[in-house]
Amino acid sequence: MKTEISAWEKVEIARNPNRKTALDYIENIFEDFIELHGDRGFRDDKAMVCGLARIENQNFTIIAEQKGRTTKENIERNFGMPNPESYRKAIRFMKQAEKFGRPVITFIDTKGAYPGIGAEERGQGEAIAKSMFEMAKLKVPVIAIVIGEGSSGGALAIAVANKVFMMENAIYSILSPEGYSSILWKDSSRYKEAAEKMKLTAKDLYDLNIIDKIIKEPKKITNENFKKITENIKKEIQSEIAKMSSLTKDEIVNDRYQKFRNIKCLKEIGEEENVIKK
Amino acid sequence: MVVDKIKKRETKNVNNKKSKIDIPIGKWVKCEACKEIIYKDFVRENLSICPNCGHYFRMHIGKRLELVIDEGTYKKFDLQIETTNPLGLEDYPKKLKALREKTGLEEAVACGTGKIKGEDVVICIMDSGFLMGSMGAVVGEKITYAIEQAIELKLPIIIFSVSGGARMQEGIISLMQMAKTSAALTKLDEAGLLYISVLTDPTYGGVTASFASLGDIILAEPGAMIGFAGQRVIEQTIGEQLPEGFQTAEFLLEHGFIDKIVERKDLKDTIHKLLILNKGGKT
Repeated sequence: MKTEISAWEKVEIARNPNRKTALDYIENIFEDFIELHGDRGFRDDKAMVCGLARIENQNFTIIAEQKGRTTKENIERNFGMPNPESYRKAIRFMKQAEKFGRPVITFIDTKGAYPGIGAEERGQGEAIAKSMFEMAKLKVPVIAIVIGEGSSGGALAIAVANKVFMMENAIYSILSPEGYSSILWKDSSRYKEAAEKMKLTAKDLYDLNIIDKIIKEPKKITNENFKKITENIKKEIQSEIAKMSSLTKDEIVNDRYQKFRNIKCLKEIGEEENVIKK
Repeated sequence: MVVDKIKKRETKNVNNKKSKIDIPIGKWVKCEACKEIIYKDFVRENLSICPNCGHYFRMHIGKRLELVIDEGTYKKFDLQIETTNPLGLEDYPKKLKALREKTGLEEAVACGTGKIKGEDVVICIMDSGFLMGSMGAVVGEKITYAIEQAIELKLPIIIFSVSGGARMQEGIISLMQMAKTSAALTKLDEAGLLYISVLTDPTYGGVTASFASLGDIILAEPGAMIGFAGQRVIEQTIGEQLPEGFQTAEFLLEHGFIDKIVERKDLKDTIHKLLILNKGGKT
């Protein structure tokens, strides 16, 4: 596939502080976006942006992990690392989407859920688990789009979707390559090698059936070519929503359920390579 | 990121010869809490609890089954599966094979049916002796299968968790098991069946952030370390030491994330009582 960008280079592209963030995508893809705030329990966590928007006459619920575009904004948004109340806010909007029959579009871009004292006190693990649980049973179509870093449970928490799109140079993984090499090889300096091994690129994840569509992007996204990219995403969203519109509520839930139920990469013990994988 | 915390704790008792879990090989064992050298049989007879200071040793699947399931009633599900090694790591399949031989376990979880004081249940028990109870595709599939069996058989399910989190060696496939197991629990919920999650030391990462936190009732053993992020990761992030008692079962109880802390000797009776009290309106 044309000029190869290495997995580690993709990590660097995905993490580039100038990379387009969720709000950039939202503003370009949708019309009439209105952000709505709060988890109704503790506070409004700005690492997650939720709201309503439309494409033509189709309304959507938007749930997005949001990194800052400036240092000041990054501090406000905790560098896009959600606390538990982010996931609880997301759950609130998922349920409303179901109530009003709106599809849900999520944008994934996080280094991971925030590892802090308060996050643990307020049940980070429970919040992520509950988010996946609620998302799994939503009776409306859900599309998740990995736009930058999709790292660990903090990313997956809002990615239990019927269809998962991924930007060509985004990454999606169990954790950072640095963390991976330090845990698995006890050597954090082998992060580049880890990045190559982890299958965190869109191409690798497509081959593993973890994602459903790769959104093409040039090596460098500019304001000019970004229009074209978001126009493409808009078309893909419309096309997938149109396909799912013929499904009943139960079929939508079942379609999503089967997608995750079938992620196995398993074989019978002792069998050579008679893969049961999807 | 979660495993490093557990690693740190394990390195404290390197003088315990090889095995760090449950009761080490040899006649004597050093308690990692009070540092007392204790005759192994005394610990074993005491439900794997230090007779000197009351510290809970980690329990193997076999001992745990003995503790909670009526003798002779456990029937394991026949699911002979292993990973296809999706990341193609050279030493991973060898490591699994060696572990299976060494521990006699098939994987980090055992699942089946059994009786608790005569009550039929589906039971899953994780084991820290198998790659720190980490969840790869086998663990995810076995837990999911057990949940599906509970629905099929209309039985309550009890899962004993002990885990460092999602298994690094299977990368993204391990991560996805969090969604798979959580989604399976939505079906159990819709079927109106009871799920009791029992958290034991340690339960972290992708297991805390999936099925372990989704019980209708969540119990924990005293002193068990439970959390999402590992302590070292948190310390590095915030640049300060963590408060005393952080992420213990008692801390979780105080913050409202578990229903009850239950001593090992009372676990079977408590679970039985909960099974009876959850049988609809009338018994």
